Amino acid sequence: MAILIDESSRIVTQGITGKTGQFHTRNCLAYAHGRAVFVAGVTPGKGGQVFEGIPIFDTVAQARAETGANVSVIYVPPAFAAAAIDEAVEAAIETIICITEGVPVKDMILSRQRMKGSGSVLIGPNCPGVITPDVVKIGIMPGYIHQQGPIGVVSRSGTLTYEIVDQLSKLGLGQSTCVGIGGDPVGGLKHLEVMKLFNNDPQTEGVVLCGEIGGMDEETCADWIGQHLKKPVAAFIAGSTAPAGKRMGHAGAIIAGGKGTAEDKIRALEAAGVAVTRNPARIGEAMRAALG
Amino acid sequence: MKVHEYQAKKILRDYGVRVPAGCACFSVAEAVRAAETIGGDRWVIKAQIHAGGRGKGGGVRLAASIEEVATHAGDILGMQLVTHQTGPRGQKVERLLVEQGIDIKAEFYVGLVVDRASQKVAMMVSAEGGTEIEEVAQVTPERVCQFTVEPGKELGAADALQLAQYIGLEQGSARNASTILQQLYRAFWEMDATLAEINPLVLTNDGQVIALDAKINFDDNALFRHPEVLQMRDLAEEDPNEITAANAGLSYIALDGNIGCLVNGAGLAMATMDIIKLYGGEPANFLDVGGGATTEQVTEAFKIMLKNPNLEAILVNIFGGIMRCDVVAEGLVQAAKVVKLGVPLVVRLEGTNVELGRQILQDSNLDMITASTMADAAELAVTAAGA
Repeated sequence: MAILIDESSRIVTQGITGKTGQFHTRNCLAYAHGRAVFVAGVTPGKGGQVFEGIPIFDTVAQARAETGANVSVIYVPPAFAAAAIDEAVEAAIETIICITEGVPVKDMILSRQRMKGSGSVLIGPNCPGVITPDVVKIGIMPGYIHQQGPIGVVSRSGTLTYEIVDQLSKLGLGQSTCVGIGGDPVGGLKHLEVMKLFNNDPQTEGVVLCGEIGGMDEETCADWIGQHLKKPVAAFIAGSTAPAGKRMGHAGAIIAGGKGTAEDKIRALEAAGVAVTRNPARIGEAMRAALG
Repeated sequence: MKVHEYQAKKILRDYGVRVPAGCACFSVAEAVRAAETIGGDRWVIKAQIHAGGRGKGGGVRLAASIEEVATHAGDILGMQLVTHQTGPRGQKVERLLVEQGIDIKAEFYVGLVVDRASQKVAMMVSAEGGTEIEEVAQVTPERVCQFTVEPGKELGAADALQLAQYIGLEQGSARNASTILQQLYRAFWEMDATLAEINPLVLTNDGQVIALDAKINFDDNALFRHPEVLQMRDLAEEDPNEITAANAGLSYIALDGNIGCLVNGAGLAMATMDIIKLYGGEPANFLDVGGGATTEQVTEAFKIMLKNPNLEAILVNIFGGIMRCDVVAEGLVQAAKVVKLGVPLVVRLEGTNVELGRQILQDSNLDMITASTMADAAELAVTAAGA
């Protein structure tokens, strides 16, 4: 078991013929069951071509009809990313993972509005993707640092997540699924929703939550953890030293109007019984200790 | 991206929002000419910098004669205006806005933000105009009314009227204000703003509703479809190092400490700052080299950090994923040869091809301290900076 993606996933890659799409598709194909699960690509106007043995279609709907694809990963440029998400939703793709960075926030507001009532789940944009170790890797993370195991990871960051996974793996704590939810202010799944999935996943015995300054998502998730979560959680919040009003790289990482500080989030998580560490080099150890 | 008040007002005026008659000026002579053109017997001279709190810092003055316009314009132009948002060094004033004086009967607050929780645009109104709205929202949240608008739709007339009535306006004034709220929402939505504030929106003695101040921030990711906004960019308002960094594909923010950081990824960059602080040091900057970290980028990053006179050490923390550690190590070695560092360099590499990367650093015979974990790296950097 795992969450969101497993060996039964059938994946269509939107933007497969672009430089980024090509590069990461090759890496994903080479990982675990990659050859079996990546079944289609989409690039408008290039239908009928083949990339690395994967058939390319003009539309997601065609790709779904021909291959049974139920998961999509998006590498298209930012100006077209929201339209790509909309297309996947219309084709009734169940899980949509948008890697693209730099999508206008208005595009995402509209896209999220259009998704309402659909059966689609969005992860991202501006995220590294999702990996179920030793099974399937969808996105841009380095596969080899991961190990299969009992720890779920949910994070707004990219390389910081790799750092955490590396710490976990070196301690012998493998991962059930690692979900990069992305660093933008408006996007798909938040910490809370991923936490609910981990709570229901029998393979997951503990969760690492990695947050950063900006917004209230970690606080909202903390409330729910305190009331419902049956599994131990270790957490780190990046940005204790970040000044207010400055965007720290990610579009969503900004302390605005006095809200979204690391201290607020740490306090909320600690109140919910989460093992929060202030030392990003000790996140793996915090998880091990929390497992008891 | 931020713009000046006069630029924000130009945009709002284009959407029909009533603003005082006014003119942007770059010299005392222009300010005098503007006041004469505007006419009347009272004018407001407003410093145009991106930071808020200008009035308290002495950047907004009332003139009752053309002579006073000249005096105030002369005083404000060129001054180093310090507000709670500029930091202690302040910001040099190079532009003025000269406006007609307005008789104010009441002041209100109107704000628009992207509300992350509802994933919609939220409008906030309050009868507590002119003051620090963050304070009002924290101390007396019941005095702020928040309303979210359905994406893709207009702010409806009935909803706008209710918001106007909430802040205490009646009849004709309420109708005037509700029209302004609708126009403001349209401007926000169509122009891809991320934040807009009118503080204060004022009611005049003759029942008019006017935007006395205006602030708009735009979504950097949407500027490609707003070339007219991009043209409003004032580079003099931005940190020159941040501009240089951005041109090199780096995300850089100066901080007050003495340990420079060079990291790949925003989250890891923040975490690196945090761990420096945790081990008793102070980070000198946030610097995200992104996914590439070419020799050119690393060289540029070193140069930018070294401009900081407080710099006592540099900590490089790279987690190689797609970016290989051997490539990063080559880049570091080349950059360190080009740039005379003059401060201790602590390097921590982890991830793809890390052994090869460490070997390259070792073989280079460059004077650098290598660390294997983030904790070691932070400790070594703090020690090196204090030595």
